[in-house]
Amino acid sequence: MPRPFTPKAITANALLEGDVIYLSATGEWVRALSDAAVFTEQAAAEAALAEAAKDRMVVGAYLTDVAPGENGPEPTHFREDFRRTGPSNYFHGKQEAAANV
Amino acid sequence: MYRYNDFDEAFVRERVAQFSGQVARRIDGSLTEEEFRPLRLMNGLYLQLHAYMLRVAIPYGTLSSRQMDQLAHIAETYDRGYGHFTTRQNIQYNWPKLPDVPAILSDLADVQMHAIQTSGNTIRNVTADHFAGASADEVADPRPIAELIRQWSTDHPEFQFLPRKFKIAVSGAEADRAVVRAHDIGLVLRERAGTLGAEIIVGGGLGRTPMVGKTLKDFVPLQDLLPYLEATVSVWNLLGRRDNKYKARIKITVHEHGIEEIRARVEERFAQVKPAFGGIDMEMLSEIEAHFAPPAFVTKPVDAYTRAHEADPVFRAWADTNLAAHKAEGYAIVTVSLKKPGQTPGDASADQMRALAQIARDFAHDELRISHEQNVILPHVHKSDLPAIHAALKAADLATANIGLVSDIIACPGMDYCALATARSIPVAQGIATRFNELKLEHEIGPLKIKISGCINACGHHHVGHIGILGLDRAGVENYQITLGGDGTETTVIGERTGPGFAYDEIVPAIERLIAAYLELRTGPEETFLQTYRRLGMDPFKTALYPEKDAKAGKEKAHAA
Ligand code: HEM
Ligand code: SF4
Repeated sequence: MPRPFTPKAITANALLEGDVIYLSATGEWVRALSDAAVFTEQAAAEAALAEAAKDRMVVGAYLTDVAPGENGPEPTHFREDFRRTGPSNYFHGKQEAAANV
Repeated sequence: MYRYNDFDEAFVRERVAQFSGQVARRIDGSLTEEEFRPLRLMNGLYLQLHAYMLRVAIPYGTLSSRQMDQLAHIAETYDRGYGHFTTRQNIQYNWPKLPDVPAILSDLADVQMHAIQTSGNTIRNVTADHFAGASADEVADPRPIAELIRQWSTDHPEFQFLPRKFKIAVSGAEADRAVVRAHDIGLVLRERAGTLGAEIIVGGGLGRTPMVGKTLKDFVPLQDLLPYLEATVSVWNLLGRRDNKYKARIKITVHEHGIEEIRARVEERFAQVKPAFGGIDMEMLSEIEAHFAPPAFVTKPVDAYTRAHEADPVFRAWADTNLAAHKAEGYAIVTVSLKKPGQTPGDASADQMRALAQIARDFAHDELRISHEQNVILPHVHKSDLPAIHAALKAADLATANIGLVSDIIACPGMDYCALATARSIPVAQGIATRFNELKLEHEIGPLKIKISGCINACGHHHVGHIGILGLDRAGVENYQITLGGDGTETTVIGERTGPGFAYDEIVPAIERLIAAYLELRTGPEETFLQTYRRLGMDPFKTALYPEKDAKAGKEKAHAA
C-alpha cells in the first residue's frame, strides 16, 4: 500500500550564497522555514516543486516533511532542523542571521 | 619548498580564468546547475548544507608562512574568519559565496595554491608524512616523490575520469604517520643496496568497505616508480567497476581479481609504459629535490630549553606532549594542537593562522605542515627557541598540550556542514574532549586515538581509531556506533564493532565507561589502551559499554537456575 502523504514544504539552496531557502505561499523564496508554504496534497506538492525547480537562482529543490506548528511549519527530522538553524559548533548561519534582525 | 615554474603558474592562472567565466555563465543563466556542477567540482567547490564549501589543496601538507597568511586573508575576507583543516591535508572553507569564488582562487594563485583535483574522480591531493624532511627515523624525505606524483597526476589526460576518486600517500619512514595502508596507493620509501625505492601498497581504503592495503611490490627503485604508478592506475582504470560507484574503488578491484592477477597485469602494463618515460621523470625529480633541501641547521646551546623545562610545569607538560624527535642535533618538531577541548577539531581562526605564520617566520625556517590528524606542525625548530614559541602559541590560544591524547580527536564536519552526513561529529568530539578535560585524566590515560565520522564515508578515519565513532541515522535520530582496536600506523588494523549504537546523549558517557574500564584493566600506566585491548580483546570493554545487557543476562541465568 502506498504510504499516506504527509505534509511537505519545498526547500532548496540559493544559487549565490548557498543559503537554505523555502518556498512561501506567495511563491517567493524565503529564509525561514516558519514562512514556508505547507502542502498537504501530493499532486499539488509535486506540481509546485516542478515549477519551483525551474527557478535558475535556486539549486537542488526538494520536498521535505514538516509538521504544522504554532508558528508555521516545523521540521520532523534532525537534518532539516540543522538546515533550518545552522551548525551546532558556531553561532553561524541562520541562527546568527536571525539574531541580527 | 617547491616553487611553481612558468608552466605551473600559467596553468593555474588559466584555470582561474576559465572557472571565473564558468561562474559568470552560471550566474547569468547560460549554464544550468547540471552543466555547472561537474565544473565547480573540478575546482573544489561543493554545495553543502548551509553554504558552498571550497576545498583547497595543501600538497603533502606543506605550507610557507606567506601561504598561511593568505589562507587567513581568505578566511577573513570571504568566509567567517576561520578555516577547517582536514584528514586529507586540505583546508576547507565553509561559507564562501559563489560570486566570490573566482577571487578566492585568484588570491590562492597569488601564493601558488589552488583547488584543482580536490574533488572528482581524479588523483586527489597527494598526502605525506607531516614530519617529512625532519623526523629522526626517516630514510628519505617523501615530499619530492609526492611533488613528482602531483605534477604527473595533475591534468593527466588518462586519469581525469577514473572509475572513482584516487588517493595516494607517501611515507619516508617505517613508522607510518601518513596512514599509507588506508590509501588507494601507499608508498613507503626504502633504501636497498644503496638505491632508493619504494614499497607499493595498493587497495587500502576506509569508507563503506574498509580494507587494509596489500603489497603490490616490496621494492620498486625510484627510476621505475612513476611508470609503475602509471601502470597501476591504468590497470585499475581499465578493470575498475563503473556499474556501481560503491564498488569502483581499487580496493574492490584488488579484492575481486586478487593481488596476483593485479600484479601480473601491472607488470605487463609497466613494460609497455616504461619506455615512454625515457628518464624525463628522473630529471624532473632531481629538479624538484633541489627545492626540498633541508634548511641550514645550526649548532648552539639548548640551555634556554632545559631551564624552562625544569622551571615551568606548563611548558614542561606541553614540551613532553607536543614535541617529536628531529634528525638534527638540538632541534625538535613541534605539533601545534588545533584541538583545545571544546574547539572544533581542525579549525583555526584567521588570527591563529597569522600567528602560526609569524612563529614559523621568526623561529621555524618559514615552514608549516598540516597533519592528517588536523593539527599544524612546525617541522624545524631549535630547542633554544621553544620557550619563546610556547609563549607565542599561548598568546594565540594554541598551546594545548594534548597531542596523541584523548582530546586530540579527528572529527569530520558531520551533519553540521556536510550534505552527505547521517549524524553530527563535531559536538561529539567537543563533548568527549570537554568531559575528559573536566576529569583531568588525559595525561593519566596516555596515548589514545579517538576518530569520529558523520557517515560511512569515513572521512574522520573512525575505522583506524583505537576508539572509532560512526554517526548514523537510526529511525530519524542520531545514533553512534563504536569500533575498537583500529590502528592507522604501520600495523594498520580496521577496528571491530562493539555492538548496538548509542544515542546522542549516551555517547559521551559510553566513551567514559570504556576508558574507565581501560584504566581498571591495564597492567600499569605503561600499557596503552590499544595494548590492553589487544591483550584482552573486546569482551571486558563490551561489559563496560553495555552493563544493563549483562545485568539482564545475569537475571535470565538466575531465573533459569
Ligand atoms: C564536507 C564535504 C565532504 C564530502 C562531500 C566528502 C565525501 C566523501 C565521500 C563520498 C567519501 C567516500 C569515498 C569512497 O569510499 O568512495 C569520502 C571519503 C573520505 N573523505 Fe571525505 N568528504 C567531505 C569532507 C571531508 C573532510 C572534511 C575530510 C577530512 C576531515 C575528508 C576526508 C576523507 C577521507 C580521509 C576519506 C577516505 C575514505 C577512504 O579511504 O575511502 N572528507 N569523502
Ligand atoms: S564522513 Fe560523511 S559526514 Fe563526515 S565529512 Fe565524510 S561524507 Fe561528510
